[in-house]
Parts: sequence; C-alpha cells; structure tokens
Amino acid sequence: MAGADEKFMQVSMGPQHPSTHGVLRLLVKTDGEVLSSIKPYIGYLHRGLEKIAERVTYPQFTPFTDRLDYLASMNCNLAYAMTVERLLGIEVPRRAQIIRVIMAELNRISSHLIAFGSLSADMGAFTPFLFGIREREFINDLFEMACGARLTYNYIRIGGVSQDIPGGFIEKAREFLDYFPPKIKEYNDLISYNSIFIKRLADIAVIRPEDAFDYGITGPNLRASGIPWDLRRDEPYLVYGELDFEVPVGRGEMGSTGDAWDRYMMRIYEMEQSAKIVRQCLAMLEPGDHTAKVPKVLKPPAGEVYVRAENPRGELGFYLISDGSTKPYRLRIRAPSFATLSIVPKLGKGVMIADLVAIIGSLDIILPEIDR
Amino acid sequence: MIGLVRDIVTSLGNAGPLVRLLVTVAIMLASALIVLGIVLLYEGFATYAERKVAGDIQARIGPNRVGPYGLLQFVADGVKLLLKEDIIPFYADRWLFVLAPYIVFTASFAAFVPLSYSEHVYVADLNVGVLYIIAISSVVSMAILMGSWGSNNKWSLFGGMRAVAQIISYEIPIVLSLLAAVIVPASLDMKDIIGCQAGGLGIFRWLLFNNPFTLLAFFVYFIAAIAEVNRTPFDIPEAESEIVAGYHTEYTGMRFAFFFMAEYGDMFVVSALATTLFLGGWQVPFIGGLAMPVWLRELLEVAVFFGKVFLLIYVMMWIRWTLPRLRVDQLMDLCWKYLTPIAFFNLIGASIWVLAFHGKGVYDLIAGLYAH
Repeated sequence: MAGADEKFMQVSMGPQHPSTHGVLRLLVKTDGEVLSSIKPYIGYLHRGLEKIAERVTYPQFTPFTDRLDYLASMNCNLAYAMTVERLLGIEVPRRAQIIRVIMAELNRISSHLIAFGSLSADMGAFTPFLFGIREREFINDLFEMACGARLTYNYIRIGGVSQDIPGGFIEKAREFLDYFPPKIKEYNDLISYNSIFIKRLADIAVIRPEDAFDYGITGPNLRASGIPWDLRRDEPYLVYGELDFEVPVGRGEMGSTGDAWDRYMMRIYEMEQSAKIVRQCLAMLEPGDHTAKVPKVLKPPAGEVYVRAENPRGELGFYLISDGSTKPYRLRIRAPSFATLSIVPKLGKGVMIADLVAIIGSLDIILPEIDR
Repeated sequence: MIGLVRDIVTSLGNAGPLVRLLVTVAIMLASALIVLGIVLLYEGFATYAERKVAGDIQARIGPNRVGPYGLLQFVADGVKLLLKEDIIPFYADRWLFVLAPYIVFTASFAAFVPLSYSEHVYVADLNVGVLYIIAISSVVSMAILMGSWGSNNKWSLFGGMRAVAQIISYEIPIVLSLLAAVIVPASLDMKDIIGCQAGGLGIFRWLLFNNPFTLLAFFVYFIAAIAEVNRTPFDIPEAESEIVAGYHTEYTGMRFAFFFMAEYGDMFVVSALATTLFLGGWQVPFIGGLAMPVWLRELLEVAVFFGKVFLLIYVMMWIRWTLPRLRVDQLMDLCWKYLTPIAFFNLIGASIWVLAFHGKGVYDLIAGLYAH
C-alpha cells in the first residue's frame, strides 16, 4: 500500500474489545490518535431471526423477541405482541394494557441504567456502572416476581400478559419508586455534572436534526438533537394517551444541542419520566383480565401490518405479512440501533480514539438487535 | 545500610579481602531480600486495600473469601498469576518483550532505596536522594516503551506512546514542584529534608506550611504524581475502554504481575516522596521533648511515616474510583498549560521567599514576631 494510505495505521477495533458494547467490529484508520475513517462490520451475532419467524407459529416467536434487545426484552415483547394483535384485531383488556405499560417503563429504566452506566464506564469511571447495576437489580427482582425470569422475560404475550401480577408486586414497585428518584440525584452529583465528564462529552459528535432525519435516528438520540418526537405521546398506544409525562429534549446545556452529553442526559431525564409513568399506572390499576380471549391456534387473515413502538433505544418496528396460515409469511424487524450505528462513520471522522468510545457509548447501540 | 556494612566489615579486623567481599555481598543480598519481602507484602496488601476501597465506594463488599476478611486474597492472586501460562506472542520481539517487565519492576523497586522510613531505618543515605528517585522512576517509561513496542500489538503501541508522552510531560511539573520544596532545606538528602521539619507545634514546620508556594507545590506535585503512576483520571496509557489494556495487553502471568506490582510500588514511592518533602516525613508531632526508649521512638516514626503514605495512597484510590478519565489531548493541556506554568511560578516564588526571609517559614516568622 503506497501513497496516501501510508501515513495511516489500520486498527481493527473489536469484535473483542471492551467498549464496543457486544460484538461490533470497527475497522478504523488512524493517524496517531486521530481517526480518519471508521467502517463498522456487523453480523457477528446474526441468528437469522427474521427467517426463523417464517418457520415458527406466531406465539412461538415471542421468546425470540426477547433476544432482540436483551436489555429491554419487555419492550420488544410488547412491540411484537401489538403487531400480531393488530393483524388479528384483538382488543387487549385494560388491566393488561396498564400492566404492559408498567413493565415497559420499568424495563426502560433498567435499560437506561445500563446505558448510563456503560457510558460512564467507557469514560473510565466504573463506579456509576455498579450504581446502575444496583438499582437494576431491584427492577430485575420485580420482573422475577411477575414472570420468574430476570433477563429474557417472555412476559408480554399476544393478547395480554402471560400471568397477572402477583400479590406484593404493587407494594414493592411503590417501594422502588420511592427509592429510585433520590438515586438519580446521586448519579448527577457523581458523574453527570462532573467537569471531566462534561469535558469528555460536551460538543462531541454533534448530530444535527437534519442528519438525524436523514439517518433515521429515533428515540433518545433523536430527542437529544432537539426534536420532541416520542411515539408514546405523538402516536399513543396502550394507555399512554391518558398519562401525564413530559418528553425531554436536548437543549445543549453543556455544549451544542445534540452532542454526546445531551444524549447521555436524555437517558437520565427519561428515567425520571418513566418513574412518573409507573407511579400513575400503579394508581390506575383496577381488577380485570390479564389477557384477552385468544384462540389456541392463531390464524390471522392474509394481509400485512406495520407496528412500531417506542423502545429505550428508539422505534422498534415489526413489518408482518400473513398469508393466512399459522406462520408468518415474512417478518421484517426495524431495529433502532441499526439506524443509529449507521451514523457512526459520519460522526467519527477526525475525532480521537477516546471520542469514538464516547460516540458509541452515547448512542447506546445494542448488537443483537442490529445483527438479528 | 551502607553504614552498617562498613561497620561490620571494619569489625572483621584483618580478615582477607575475599572474606570481606563475601561478607559485604552476603549482607547486601540479605538486606535486599528483606526489603523485597517488605515491598512485596506491601504490594499484596495494597491490592487488597484497593479492592476493598473500590468495593466500599461502589456499594459492594470486595474480596471476602480467602482468609479472614479476604485478607489473603493477594496470595491467591499471586499464586494464580504464577501458575498462568506464560505466553510470548509469535510476532513479538522476544528480547524486548521479556526484558521489559524486569526493568519496570527493578526501576520501581530501586526507588525504595533512598527513602528514609525513620531516623535510623533506611537502606541508603544518598545525598542526592530526591534526584535519584526522579531519575530512576523515569526508567519506567523506557521499559514501558520496550514492552509496548516488543509486543507487536497496535493497542500496546498506542498505550506505550501515550505512557511515554504522559510520563515525560508530567516529570516536568513534578521536578519543578519538588525543587520549590527542596530549596528551603537546600539539600537533596532525605535526612536533611526531614530533619528541618521538626517542631513547630507538631506540623507547622512541615515544608507544606513553609510558605504559600510550597503549599501550592504540594498540590501540583500530587496531581502530577497521580499522572506519573498512570492512575485514573490520568490512566490513559492503560485505558481499558479505549485501548484494551494499553502497554500490557499481551502480557500474561508473572510478566503482567510485574507491571501490576510496579504500579503499586510507584504509588508508594510518589506518596513517600510527598510525605518526605511536604508532610514532615517520619517526624512524630508533639513528642519532641518526651524521653522514650530509642526502639519506641523508631517504631512511632515508622508508624507515622507509613500512616502518612497510606493516607496519600488512600486518596489516590478514592480519586481513582470516583472520577472518569481525561482524553489524551486534555491530559497534555493540563500538564503544559496549567501545571507546568504554575510549577514554574512556584519555583520562582519560593526562591524569592527563601532569599527574602533566609529560608524561614511562615510559622517561624510569626513566632519571631511574638518573641520580641
């Protein structure tokens, strides 16, 4: 290799690298510490989920959705269940809807806790990560009470939820809601407003609103760029329409709007809002069925449907085509992290290696969802 | 120690030159082994302390399985590292790769030599003690470069380059701030430096309180010293989230342990230097006039010296588990734009102070006012 390339060193960052959040491989060209180009290589976690969907029945695919975004399995279950319900025209009982919102929002908190913790760990502060794990443990206990699992829940099923919430769940959830908000203040004191942390993240990897649109970025990353778009508010599903919550947007408090610090802070704000939502939902719970009457064998009419839901990492969409048999004809998954990852090469030009870590951490991508 | 050898050799009377040589070598070896044993023991407990402190800060328990309160954890770790397979990468430069850990460890171990642990407990009374430590601890950067280049790994190379740039840069504020303290006793000998810090209501003759410039110099020194030993927030040479493990990425087993132990050894040395130069060394406050047996006085002095050193080490651990790390260019900015100019200013200020007040400290000047 002669010529212009000679002054660059090519480094393969990953698939085994501490800060690629899974098995992402980035082929980077560097000039000393400064990156000149980044090329993401994905597929190390490819399991062919979309093809699997064509070989299993509709309910059988629910556990596979757990393995999409394993930090937010509830949300993935929810989006899939809503897709099939739309196709079948099933009306979900109110109690089940409220339980679904509770679980989805609790899972959003636990997912954002990992996002917040792992970005801090990427920045060299390991303590916030363990603080996040500590609070997440509480949520895992709650989920374990509800469905017996701590990571892959398979709880939100087609028609409702697999079982009603057990006794003591509401009290324990309230206990968590009293315990959690002061911890957010602790995180802010410890790391959010730490001057080194701000120095590392402010004005780094700014995503302008038009770029966010071009690349199809959704979720907290989009809102960090100053666009108040949240499916829960703008296209309400379940009982979100009745709930009172705010949609935080990035304001460029420490630098410019849409920088890495804004994206980080979106997660902190959203955790607060999610806690608020869960509190309202707990008050709204009233006796009822936990699931609709769903036939043993699901045979949706031929047709197609696209349903999206607000996941912790953006909009998760399922495009489902049915040919009238018991198995989907085609299932296409629109993974938010895939769109998010696609902007990394653009953001990563001319930054330093340490900034690349900040970019990936602040975008909060998750690989099983990208590779599917 | 040299004095002891001389005494024993003189007491041999008219023994042959070979006997004298053998006795000298034997005593030297024995004392080196004793010091090595103490250093290894200290390093073992320092790793234990680090993990306990980290556990405490991170709301965990830390090691508690091996021995009472997990105190023997370091023995288990040491045995594990000894039994690990020693891997030399195929493409590594064998000579450099094998040699580097020994040089790192030797350099860090040799820095213990001129330290004065109490009035009579020291290895060698060098009249250039401070200079010697500064010189010998710079050897570490060469060894790190050897190891990182020899590993033939790109992450190691990044780590090595960062380490050398960092250690060499931070050497400057360290030396300048040490000079600001050293010009007061006008000696580089540890014994003289500590000797001049006796009395003064216990602590007010410490060089830390000698004049405003030495006070500032202490903080400059301590910040730069944390960078010199590559600890968070300045641990960029081994930033695991960015460059895997930096210069020791390819090292396994005991070779890795040597790098690891050198870090803890260096922590002790920089803290001991700070103690000696700024915090009164082994001077025990408030017992100046008391009559007590020599052994008790020595014991107290050793305890006070180690107490101060461990306090500084604790602060380093505390900082490590609280703060995120800086980016490499921000690190250089901190050194060249802030610490070095401040240290220069300090040195000039301290020189003027010494000239103006004939080396008298603030305490002596105030006490002098009341004496009239």
